[in-house]
Amino acid sequence: MLKEIRDIFGEKLIEIGRRNEKVIVLDADLNTSTRIDMFKEAFPSRFIQVGIAEQNMFGMAAGIASCGLVPFPTTFAVFSSKRACDQISISIAYPKLNVKIPGCYAGVFTGKSGATHQSVEDLAIMRSMPNMRVLDAGDGNELEQMMDAMVEYEGPVYFRVLRPSVSTVFKSDYKFNWKPVLLKDGKDIGILTTGVMTSLGLIAAAELEKQKIDASVLHIPCLKPLDPELLVKVATRCGLIVTAENHSIIGGLGGAVCELLSENCPVPVKRVGVEDYFVETGEDEDIKEKYGLTAENIKNSALALLRSRK
Amino acid sequence: MPKFDPELIKNLEEKAYEIRTLAIRLMANGHLGHPGGSLSEAEILAALYFYELKIDPSNPQWQDRDRFVLSKANACNAQYAALALRGYFPVQECFTYGAINSRLQSHPDMCKTPGVDMTAGSLGQAFSTAVGMAWACRYAGRLNHIFCMIGDGECQEGQIWEAAMSAAHYKLDNLTAVLDYNKVQAKGFIYDEINIEPLRGKWEAFGWQTIEIDGHDIEQVLSSFYKARWINRTGKPTIIIAHTVKGKGVPWMEFNSAWHTHAPTGEKAEQALEELAKCYKKPYKRGSIC
Repeated sequence: MLKEIRDIFGEKLIEIGRRNEKVIVLDADLNTSTRIDMFKEAFPSRFIQVGIAEQNMFGMAAGIASCGLVPFPTTFAVFSSKRACDQISISIAYPKLNVKIPGCYAGVFTGKSGATHQSVEDLAIMRSMPNMRVLDAGDGNELEQMMDAMVEYEGPVYFRVLRPSVSTVFKSDYKFNWKPVLLKDGKDIGILTTGVMTSLGLIAAAELEKQKIDASVLHIPCLKPLDPELLVKVATRCGLIVTAENHSIIGGLGGAVCELLSENCPVPVKRVGVEDYFVETGEDEDIKEKYGLTAENIKNSALALLRSRK
Repeated sequence: MPKFDPELIKNLEEKAYEIRTLAIRLMANGHLGHPGGSLSEAEILAALYFYELKIDPSNPQWQDRDRFVLSKANACNAQYAALALRGYFPVQECFTYGAINSRLQSHPDMCKTPGVDMTAGSLGQAFSTAVGMAWACRYAGRLNHIFCMIGDGECQEGQIWEAAMSAAHYKLDNLTAVLDYNKVQAKGFIYDEINIEPLRGKWEAFGWQTIEIDGHDIEQVLSSFYKARWINRTGKPTIIIAHTVKGKGVPWMEFNSAWHTHAPTGEKAEQALEELAKCYKKPYKRGSIC
């Protein structure tokens, strides 16, 4: 039974907290949903409940970081990226403060919590903030590695923490280094994925293989800074790109890839993700089907793109 | 309560004059700034930077220093003047204000300006950072004090009250807010725009110890700091509601919202400096803006 990503996050936070007593966790009244209740239990003196006041939470985190501590102000991705957008931008990103921002309940798989609690713009918003690093882990193993790496790094980091479990992509010996990871090397089409969509990209590539289509799968855990080397290599070799993300197709991975390739290696790109909609309440599986966040849709998008180029 | 040396008070009054004149000069030179709120806070800044704050201009990042956050960030002109006069950077650098590549931005930038403890500019935000600093310093066992100046118009921001609630909840009595109550915001009198009264009652209801003073009376300012740092340490943060005059010292700027965000330049700056000199019974030689 796979653990939920939020549980992996909560447990890893305790491990990091044990190693590093500068780690402080702030909560805006969501600690059982975000799983930082575990940290609260383990280190009560390093846990700050701010109440339902996200803007103040991010401001306090900035002040705490300015005194040399490493705060993790924790709330849902939708509230950090939108409710506290200005606070993160001006109080954290602009002065380059060492704040680590978990975007919990990121994307659309939020257990029936609906459009107001789903987050389809967070990557776009965070990516556009100067000084901010932006991460979306492919699985729980990678998330743990990222959390180790971000504590070593001095500066603001936004990272997504999904609510549900995600299929395992990386073995335990995987080493996260902020750069894209080539999971499958192919020549016909490049599938560029981030977050939970990486495991689906691999399934799509296996399905394409059955039709004698040799796809690359490039996982992009760090949307910013976006290392161009492998992206350009895959685009140059394949000539066609499909991107897939648990986010709006505007401004997230698809946007980032188009920006980078249009300047370095212009090729046709099809973006798979949430079209320009607010999503809705429903079972994760039903949302996945209705909004096309499936391996099937990645595969079909690849086939359509291949057909259009013949 | 200590009796403050009349010589100290005289010196700080002199510093307030220097802060006012340097603030006007740097605004005039940079064609940029917020004179009204800079002139209203001059005595408070003089008392902080030249007496109250335990700081070391030769080591701006000294960990155990007191911290000062200017949440009413628009009025950083007077803060830059105070920092320069206190020795954080040369006075001459004030005249780079408003020019490209200057370390003195239109709002405080902790990455660029020595002595600035927190970046600010979007009103309401930096007050929360001061609450975070107070929490962090207490967690680290430091015996320093955190001061934060907020504006009266700024109290219209919801975040001020979120921060106020959290500081009282966490009993941060190492935090003192100073409210520069100059009665005027960008577009007019506060009571005409959106009334913030009853102010004292609001802060007390939010769990803060409240002191009301004349913010241009150095002795009252010093006494209020002493009470906040040493006497009122009973588990409550303190707010000093400092009644001030917007544009203090230049009669045609006083309580005049037209000078909230309009730098005096050329002849107007000369007149402002002349008025300040008159107010302090000083000689003024025209043509000494920069």
